[in-house]
Amino acid sequence: MGLSAKESEILCTLERDPCVSTGQMATMTDLSEDEVKGIVADLKQRGIILRTRSVINWEKAGEPLVTALIEVRVTPQRDVGFDALAQRIARFPEVRSMYLVSGTYDLAVQVTGRTMQDLAMFVAGKIAPLDGVQGTVTHFLLKTYKEDGVLIEGDQQPSRLPIAP
Amino acid sequence: MLTNRHTKSNLVAQRVQEIPASGIRKFFDLLASMEGVISLGVGEPDFTTPWHIREAAIHSLERGFTMYTSNYGTFELRQELARHLARLYEVVYDPRSELMITVGVSEALDLALRAVLNPGDEVLIPDPGYVSYMPCTVLAGGTVVPVPTRVEDDFKVAAAAIEERLTPRTKVLLLGYPNNPTGAVLDYEELARIAVVAAKHDLLVISDEIYDRLVYEREHTCFASLPGMQERTILLGGFSKAYAMTGWRVGYAAAPAEILEAMLKIHQYGALCAPIMSQMAALQALRAGEPDVRAMVAEYNQRRKVIVKGLNEIGLPTFEPRGAFYAFPSVARTGLDSDTFAEQLLIEAKVAVVPGSAFGQCGEGYVRCCYATALDQINEALDRIAAFVRRHDGGQSK
Repeated sequence: MGLSAKESEILCTLERDPCVSTGQMATMTDLSEDEVKGIVADLKQRGIILRTRSVINWEKAGEPLVTALIEVRVTPQRDVGFDALAQRIARFPEVRSMYLVSGTYDLAVQVTGRTMQDLAMFVAGKIAPLDGVQGTVTHFLLKTYKEDGVLIEGDQQPSRLPIAP
Repeated sequence: MLTNRHTKSNLVAQRVQEIPASGIRKFFDLLASMEGVISLGVGEPDFTTPWHIREAAIHSLERGFTMYTSNYGTFELRQELARHLARLYEVVYDPRSELMITVGVSEALDLALRAVLNPGDEVLIPDPGYVSYMPCTVLAGGTVVPVPTRVEDDFKVAAAAIEERLTPRTKVLLLGYPNNPTGAVLDYEELARIAVVAAKHDLLVISDEIYDRLVYEREHTCFASLPGMQERTILLGGFSKAYAMTGWRVGYAAAPAEILEAMLKIHQYGALCAPIMSQMAALQALRAGEPDVRAMVAEYNQRRKVIVKGLNEIGLPTFEPRGAFYAFPSVARTGLDSDTFAEQLLIEAKVAVVPGSAFGQCGEGYVRCCYATALDQINEALDRIAAFVRRHDGGQSK
């Protein structure tokens, strides 16, 4: 189930820049285009490449999203532990990411919506009343400093000398 | 106040007047008036210094490390450097007497030449080579003897070519591999043959290995690691290229104690020491920067393949560089000399490259393209160069 060196190189490259063309990927990895296509198809089929998406600064686009991190404490159930309840919560489209965590609560749930009201209603109406949910704490995100590995910077990056020996 | 004997012609020392102005200065002026230029003319990584290294320097400032260090550099850094060189190349240097930290490799090169040259001593320098080699030799009182290299030999300098140019005045062989501007590297066997010549004719070798970590799909051979060579080698290296630390100005020299002592003498009067915060950053780089080096090399390697393939497809024959981060295409088919090509390319296509002639006579007919540049910029630059070459190809076929 381990990765070959070429698979690993393709994955790292795609994670950095999913828009690399097949031709360019072939050049970069010393493979043929067909080989690249085959490897990428296989990685998708194996569920290793899940999805390609853009990291967007919605706030800058003038259409800010409201995001909240919700701590959920739950009672594990016999035989299925946390999984059954976790999957019920995860299926809501408002839930963007979700994790089982160690510490003072059990599930870390990231939800997004258009308004704070939307999210408050979602937590109060859909999550809190579920059987097995003992309590929730909602943290609204106020400012994004880094998103998916990308720094949200105000300042411009300094530039290099255009010509240097 | 100028007296009569200071006429315009003798204000500046003769030896400085005789050094030709840098071949790239006019490009600066041109560039300043233009927008939307993609530059492949840079000579440094496009990565910012890894954060943990920057953070270490900030921390050192917070703790108040703002003073001079020993002329040699901090002992901690020299010790770590000695371990680093031993680990990578199995060369053993005494951090107390055989290693010094300098203000970039640039200073180390200047020190090395000034420490060993007597007036008229000859320095063998592979051509093309880094722009500083020739002027620094002249300023140190030496005489430059270029050793031509050709694309047919992968721009490698051959032991035989070195031997042909020896005279009773030859004192130094100055090697710069991996090479700027060609990207050539010398393999172990090729270096070993050069080592035989150096030993036979009692040459001192200054080996500028600033690009030692940037080699692709091969291992770098440190010249000092060859049998019998450490005693006659001044090894120069630095942090700028491997760890993306060009602006920190920190490099090093490793040499037999007698030579290092002489270099230190000049350094203590000229520079005193490398900046302490830069030395702190360099220490962190040596201690924890290895994963960063590997990641950057992997990315340069991908871009290298893209730019070399792209330039060849455009019809500019490009030798496959094995080290550094430059591609060195021939522009002969356009009928333009390298200087004109670079200037016209900048004006017409808004792509900046460095004319090969800036690196010596053998660089004529080539331009240097840096691929330490984001992939989308490389792609756009290749498109522009392709269109430019198509326009100028017509002129050639007449």
